This record gives sequence, structure tokens and C-alpha cells, in this order.
Amino acid sequence: MADIKWPPAADRHLIGKRISRIDGPLKSSGRAKYAYDQNPPNMLYAKLVTSPYAHAKVTAIDTSAAESMPGVHGVYIFTPVGKEVNWEGQEVVAIAAETEELAEDAASRVKVEYEELPYLVADTDPQHAGEGRFRSLSEEKTGDPDQAFQQADATHEGMYSIPVITHCCMESHGSVAQWENGKLNVWLSTQNVSGVSGEYATPLNIPPANVNVQCQVMGGGFGSKFAADSWGVAAAVLSQKTSRPVKLMLERDTELLAAGCRPSMHAKVRVGAKRDGTLLAWDSESWGTGGMQGAGVPRLPYVIEIPNRRTHHTTVFTNIGPARAWRAPNHPQMCFLTMPALDDLAAKLNMDPLDFFIQNIALTGERADVYKEELLKAAEMMGWKQKWHPRGDKTPGPIKRGVGLSIHTWGGAGHASNCRCTIHPDGSVQVALGSQDLGTGTRTVIGIVAAETLGLPLEGVQVEIGDNKYPPDGASGGSTTVGGVSSSTRVASTNALNELFAKVAPSLGTTPDKLEAVGGQIRVIGDPSKSMPWKQACAKLGATPIVAMGERNSTLISSGVGGAQMAEVSVDIETGVVRMEKMVAVQDCGLVIDLKTAESQVYGACIMGTCYALHEEKIMDQQTGTCLNANMEFYKLSGLDDIGEIAVHMMTDPAIENRGVIGLGEPPVVSPGAAISNAVANAIGVRVPELPMTPNRVLEALGKGGKV
Amino acid sequence: MRAFEYGNPSSVKQAISLLGSNWSEAAVFAGGTDLLSLMKDSIVTPGRLVNIKEIRELHGIREEKTGMVIGAATPLEDLYDHFSPRKILPALLTAIEGVSSYQMRSMGTAGGDLLQRPRCWYFRNGFGLLARNSKGQPLVPNGDNRYHAIFGNQGPAYFVSPSSLAPALVAFDASVRIEGPKGMREIKVAELFRIPRDAEEREHTIAPKEILTEIVIPASAHNTRSATYEVRERKFMDWPLATASVALRMEGRQVRQASVVLGQVAPTPWRAEAAEKALAGKTLDEATATSAGEAAVEGAHPLSKNGYKVQLVRVAVKRALLAAIA
Ligand SMILES: Cc1cc2nc3c(=O)[nH]c(=O)nc-3n(C[C@H](O)[C@H](O)[C@H](O)COP(=O)(O)OP(=O)(O)OC[C@H]3O[C@@H](n4cnc5c(N)ncnc54)[C@H](O)[C@@H]3O)c2cc1C
Repeated sequence: MADIKWPPAADRHLIGKRISRIDGPLKSSGRAKYAYDQNPPNMLYAKLVTSPYAHAKVTAIDTSAAESMPGVHGVYIFTPVGKEVNWEGQEVVAIAAETEELAEDAASRVKVEYEELPYLVADTDPQHAGEGRFRSLSEEKTGDPDQAFQQADATHEGMYSIPVITHCCMESHGSVAQWENGKLNVWLSTQNVSGVSGEYATPLNIPPANVNVQCQVMGGGFGSKFAADSWGVAAAVLSQKTSRPVKLMLERDTELLAAGCRPSMHAKVRVGAKRDGTLLAWDSESWGTGGMQGAGVPRLPYVIEIPNRRTHHTTVFTNIGPARAWRAPNHPQMCFLTMPALDDLAAKLNMDPLDFFIQNIALTGERADVYKEELLKAAEMMGWKQKWHPRGDKTPGPIKRGVGLSIHTWGGAGHASNCRCTIHPDGSVQVALGSQDLGTGTRTVIGIVAAETLGLPLEGVQVEIGDNKYPPDGASGGSTTVGGVSSSTRVASTNALNELFAKVAPSLGTTPDKLEAVGGQIRVIGDPSKSMPWKQACAKLGATPIVAMGERNSTLISSGVGGAQMAEVSVDIETGVVRMEKMVAVQDCGLVIDLKTAESQVYGACIMGTCYALHEEKIMDQQTGTCLNANMEFYKLSGLDDIGEIAVHMMTDPAIENRGVIGLGEPPVVSPGAAISNAVANAIGVRVPELPMTPNRVLEALGKGGKV
Repeated sequence: MRAFEYGNPSSVKQAISLLGSNWSEAAVFAGGTDLLSLMKDSIVTPGRLVNIKEIRELHGIREEKTGMVIGAATPLEDLYDHFSPRKILPALLTAIEGVSSYQMRSMGTAGGDLLQRPRCWYFRNGFGLLARNSKGQPLVPNGDNRYHAIFGNQGPAYFVSPSSLAPALVAFDASVRIEGPKGMREIKVAELFRIPRDAEEREHTIAPKEILTEIVIPASAHNTRSATYEVRERKFMDWPLATASVALRMEGRQVRQASVVLGQVAPTPWRAEAAEKALAGKTLDEATATSAGEAAVEGAHPLSKNGYKVQLVRVAVKRALLAAIA
């Protein structure tokens, strides 16, 4: 147990191979049941009444007309009279009724009166935000930036902006709650199966142990689904009140208005370097908004620790809806404020940014060699040296092509995790964890680790997750899941196997420590002739299964990853339309358990990154305090035809694998905004300073956006 | 969505008798791809829906002496299937193809495309077609007007006409037949659209008790070189940012007569007369196409955030013209 390790590369039958996700057939055939698909008998539907104002005080609520409708059974008040709402779409009342249509109809008859209050929804700088609307969060100085700027041969000054976007989960937030005999069952779309039961305890006046939370599959969370949320509690309370199951899923508009956003970030950046590209100095004045709670402080510059630097960040308080962790919180923003500024400086120095980044690679710190290798690998996959040209594609015609690059980092240490491995006398095996699969492949990864450890095929292991009756597991945030579940599963399966070895060793005429499990056999190490099929070995258990536990094990995991991405774009300089033609992503994340689902994470991240680079933004109207695009029509995501070629390479050399398992979900989504922006600058010769790079912004940067 | 009555007539006559004298009484229900979203968001709240999809005579495409007649309830996908293999009327074909979702094309109808309501986000968020706040002040000039009009926006409307088919049909000088309690009238497609003068007026000249029955494309359309160019941010189902549909009567490489009609830039399909004049009698090449594009933006009044559309119009006109003779 003390020297628990991953099997050496030569002995791996499943780990590191390209294995299709085990719930793929269920999902692609529509049999997978999401929270929305749960329809327990007698179920009621709940609908929300939400605030039409960005900021207002509730002065009266009249639910009588709704309640008098036949078929309306429950009313829940989120925001009682006298309390304030702080964004459009904030929940005020929920109504539960026999049908979805009736609930909606009844909700529309609830009369809420408001006293409108001053609001700010515009994403402005602190000077224009107004009294009490901003707070200076951090001012830091390292080295001597003033002197370093004087020594610089070249300096560049620029303004960079990345807007507020939302998580836009394909499956909206919500749950089905079922109150039964003093206990609550909830089917919740959640990233936190083991961690939310406590939120129900107080409002329902029951112990958390009486709350069963289930989430077998989910349609995206991206950091916005850690909590039961007020609407989750409302569904439960309505179920308790009515003694009927209640379904409450957010409508698409509320999902976009109230279920979380990624804070914006804007910065005036000054950066200086020597003639040979060596970076000397950084200065940034930055701000951004993440709603009324403010937002995190960026660490600038990102990844590349320029020795002399001054940074100042201010958060602006706005009524745009609440910020929630968005896949790699803060990193896409920090990356976008940094990499384009460095790319612009490289252009000023007439340097190929690849050479420029490699020139400065030591500033990335202890993993500099890995970054260098990743950049070179990406360059090879992109054909960078053939494709890169100085700023501005000089070939004739309106379509200009360009390439750009970016690097990123992330932590990804495994979270607390507990696994229970059961070996039954009939040879069947179960591993159970109170974890969840956000679509990342967690279920498959757990199966691979258990099967590999027990020498079984993947089908020989039944994976049980998505239920808080299993041993508690961490929330899936911060890319911490794979490290947690893979190590606890490895430990639990090893412990179970050791117990099995103890049972069968006498029959094989040896001691347990001389046994191994390979290819569905228990056999004597070094003497494969002495073996016993798995089933036969398990039959020795008699009537009692082996039940073994395992916790996260820190020797099996690590943290700190890097990645390099390159983008190739084409830009129509007459219309400003940008197409992502190709992205190359090179990524390390320690030991890869399933190469296929790992690559899928990176593909997905490149697509998500293309969305926010080119199309996606939450558009607010200061005149009305409302969001203008709380729908899938104008909250634009890329469609299939808008996604170019994506090439992924996972770093899997022994030095990297020996670090153990590290999380991957978030890091690859960090770079696309910067890489695509740099590619556009390379194509058209000027920087589009703001994401998303929609035609209006591209034409504006080209000086073609103006009046007649 | 508010509860409503549902009528399922089998003749136009019957359908008309089920319609009301104002918009809140009843609405024609064709594909429903637009109408149902409007009803779900309570932007319109008709008391009765009159389904016209079961009316045989409103379906299909036939040739008459005067030209091609398209039943108003014909799905866009059927039009696509008719035009695509024959490679006829390319300006219209491209417009249909631009509605790039199969679902939308299979449900959406030719008449519904012409009569769909504007996508202006103030209108769709409940601030009325003229997009005014509770004090009656217009929201668009100081708001986010990136998708709004640069022509015909001197009051009181700022939205853009959403139909992609309309500019192409106007370029072909097509007509629509409209049936009402007093019989049938035929008007030019261009006359189906108007800039509303006040909050009571709709952007179409059709009355609440009327049904658009047929679209008539004159036979002369087949003697034109035509094309549509759409500027789209995404290839995925999305609205064009600006379009130009052109139909040219040519004599060799010389333009005898040009129709240039812009889409997504005005509350109606917008005829670029200056561009048409600039082309008449000219040999069409890159240079004349470019100057026609330049002429097309004469009189544009961009708002605070849609100046880029001026550039898009120049390019769309130029590229449509060059595509028409390619
Ligand atoms: C994301 C998105 C992108 C789109 N992109 C495009 C695009 O690029 N170009 C484009 O043109 N369209 C586009 N569409 C719109 C689509 O083409 C229309 O919704 C569709 O054509 C409407 O037809 P329908 O039959 O469903 O109309 P309905 O929804 O049934 O009706 C629309 C309106 O017309 C009235 N009406 C319909 N038929 C008649 C009739 N015969 N007589 C009298 N009144 C009638 C109805 O009462 C209603 O007011 C897009 C839609 C979406 C959601």
C-alpha cells in the first residue's frame, strides 16, 4: 500500500489507450436520462417569475390570481416584499402546477410591483462607473519597472478587452425534487453530487443524510453548477409542501441571465523588451466586472513572469447577473490581456512570435523546457515556419491568412475522493464513488483504472457514480476530478485485489505478495503456468464479497500543467468576417488515463474558445438595464461549419507520465482567444483589441467601420 | 403562451372568415417558426390561430403565362428542391439556401418568410416595434444598434426587414396575390413592405383579415442575370448582416437595366436606385461593380454602432454584381 504506483508503460493494457466513453451508446441513442428527463408519477411543473429590472425593490407581490387557477398547487417566494433584486432575470416567485403550460400561465398572472433603483449594466471603466460602483483590488510592484522601461529598446502600449460571457450550458440549470416519507430525492444537474445535500437541510428542516442527490449524466456545467441554487431549493420546498414531485428547469433566457457569467477584463498594457526580444518590463492598469460581487484579481502578466512589473486592478460592480467560475476562472482573461500584448511587441521588433516566446521561455519558470517542447511541437503540426509572415498578409485579394500562438497553465491537483471497490464471489466488480461525469469521461476513466488494476477488461467493471449514497467525492471544479477519482480508484482496487490474493494464494501454492492480476487471470509473478481464471479465484470468496476502500493518494497525482496553441485564420478584409481555419493544441497533463477522452476535452475547449474568440458575448443595454441577447439566436456560438480543423497532441513522454495524473478539463480553453486574436493580427496587420472579433470590430480596426 | 383557439380551414375563403379585423383577434399560422416564438414571448397574443397548411391551393409551384406562381404555404425546402437542380433564379436560390437550417426550411413557408416580423432585439424583448421606453423615447439611437438600419431610419423605425427572399423577389419585380373579404388584389412585393409611421402600424401592408396566397415571379425574371450576396458572421444558422440581390438585363457585357435591392439594412427591402443608375448602360466589370457599391451607400445614415454596415453594403453589391455575371 505504501508504494502504490501506476503500472509501468509496458504493463498498461488500458491506461493511456484511446478508449471510447462507456456511456457513449446511452447518450447517442437518447437513453441517457438527464435531470430534465426524470418524470416521476404525479409530477408538478414549476415556473419562475423573474425580475424585469436590473435593480429594484419588491414592493408588493400578489399571487392570488395565480393561486386561484385550478391546477395550481404551490407558491414559493424567493424575494419577499422589501428585498431587492440585483439583476434582470433574478428569481422572485415560483409557481408549481399540474402542467408546464399551466405553470407558465399562472406565473404570468403573478403581480409583482417594484420600485426601480439605480443600476449599472454597461461594462465601463472605473472612471465612468460612478460612486460606489468600483473597488481597487490590488496594486503590486516587482523589480523596478520604471528603470526597466528606460532600458528597453522597444515598448508597446495597447488596450485589450475580453467581454462578459455566460456558461450557456446546453442543459439548463435545474432539478426534479421528490419529497417522500420525510426524505428528499433530487435529480439535479450538478458538478457536486456529494456536496449539495446540506443546502437542502435547513430549508426543509431535515438532516442532510435524508437527502439523496442523483446526477448520472449532465449537459454541461463549466463551473456554474456547484450549488443546489435557490431554484433547486425552491423545487424541493414546493415538493415538500405539495407532497408531489416537482420539476423546475430554467428557461433558456433565465439560464443566460441569471445562472452565471464569466467576468470581463480590460487592460491598458505597456510592455518593453530589448532589441533581441528579451522582455524587461510590464505595466498594466486593468479592470473588469463580474456582477455585484466583483470578480477575481488577475495575475499579470500571465505565465511569462516579466521581471519588472507594475499591475493595478479594479473591479466594477454591475447589475449584469452573478459571476460564477467559468472553465479556468480568470485564465482566459489573463491570457488575453498578456499574449496579444507580447505578440504586438514582437511585431514591433519584427520578430516571429515563436522565436520571441522561445527567447523568453525561461520566464515561464520551472516548466520552461516543457513549454519550449510544446511550442516546437505545435509549430511542427501547424507548419508555422511556412505559414508565418510579418504582420499583414501581402498576397492579393480580400482574403488574408495569418497564424498566432499562445501558451497557458493550470493547476489540476486531485480533489478529496473516496472509492469503494467490491469484488463479488461471481467475479463481478463494482467501483462506487460519489463523483459525477460532466461529460468529460470521468465514468470511463474510473472504469479504466479499476479494470487495469484488476487485470480485467473494461466491461468487467461496473462503475457507479452520480449518487451521494456512494462514498463522498469532491466537486468537479478546477480540473481536480481525474486526479481524485483515478487515485482513489487505484487504491481501492489494489486493496480489494490484495484481499483476493490472500484468499487464493494457498491454492496456487504461494504467498499473496507473489501474485499479479493480468488478462483475467490471477497468476504467480514470473511463472504464468501457475494461474487461475478471475472467476474461479473469486469463487473462493464463498458468500462474502470483498469490499475495500481507497482515498485520494498524493503519490499518484500531481499538479501544474502547460500547453501551447496555435491558430490559423482567414479574414475577409472587405467584410471583416473571420474564419478559424485550423487550431493546433499541444497539452501536457501528466499521465493520461484515456487518450481519447483527453483529446476530446481539448477539441471541445478549442471549439468553446473559438466561440468566445469570434462570436460570443452577453450584450447589455444601459438604457433599460436588460440583456439584449438572452437567447440562442443572438447569443452566438459557433456551428459545425464555423469550426475549422483541430489537431491535438497530448504530451506523453515518460518524464511527463511519471508526474502522475493531473487535471485537464480547463487549461486548453485558456489560449484560443489569444491565439486566434494573434492570428487575426498576423493576417490583417492590425490588432482587433476586443473579443469577440465580429465583423464590426474587425472593420473598425481596419479603419473601415466608419460613416459614409 | 396565452391560450388560443385553433382553426384548421381547408379553403382560403373559410380561412378568411376565421380571421379578425384586428391583429389581436387572430393570426395566420403557416410554418409557425416565427409566430410561435412571438407568442411564447408574449410579443403577439392572437386569440385564434388559423392554420393554412391544410389548404391545398396554397401549396406548390406552377408556371402560368405571366410567370412562376408559388403558393404561400409552400415550405422553403420545396422551393430549394425546385430551384436547386434547375439552377434558375440564382438570386432567389441563394437567399433560400441562406436560411441554413433544414428544420427552419422544412417548416418555414414562402409566405411566412415574407411576413415574418423583425428580429430587432428591443422589439423581441417587449419594447414595441418602434422600440421605445415607457416615456416614449426611442431606444435604438442611443442603444445597441449594431444590427439596425442604416437606411430609412430617419424615424420612427430603426429595425431591419428580416426576409431574405424579399430583396430577391423585389429585384425580379415579383408580385404577391392577397385575398381578403372583398376578393383578390395583386401588388408588387415592394409594396407589401412599408416603414410604419406610428406604433399602431405594422411593417406590412397586408390587413388582419387578409391572406397572402401566392407569389408571382414574372417570366421576364428568367431573362436576367441575377445573384444574391449575403454577409454572414457565421455559416451556422444566423442572420445576414447585410445582403444585396441584383437582377440584370444584359446586352453582352453591357447592363441595359439593373435592379439592386439591399436586405438587412432598412425597415423594408431597400432599392439602391443610385447604384441602378450608375450601372445602366455600363460594361460590368470590377471597376463598375465597385462604383455601383459606392453609389449604393448614398444616403446612408449609420447609427452609433452600425457604421460597418455601410462597408458591408458596398461589398455585398459589388460581389453580387460580379457573381451575377460570373
Ligand atoms: C436563427 C434563425 C435564422 C434565420 N435566418 C433566416 C435568414 O437568413 N433569412 C430568412 O429569410 N429567414 C431566416 N429565418 C426565419 C425563417 O425563415 C422564418 O421564420 C420562416 O420563413 C417563417 O415562415 P413560417 O411559415 O414559419 O411563418 P409563421 O411563423 O407561420 O408566420 C410568420 C408571420 O407571417 C404571418 N403569415 C404567415 N403566412 C401568412 C400568409 N400566407 N398570409 C398572411 N399572413 C401570414 C403569420 O401570421 C406571422 O405573423 C431564420 C430564423 C431563425 C430562428
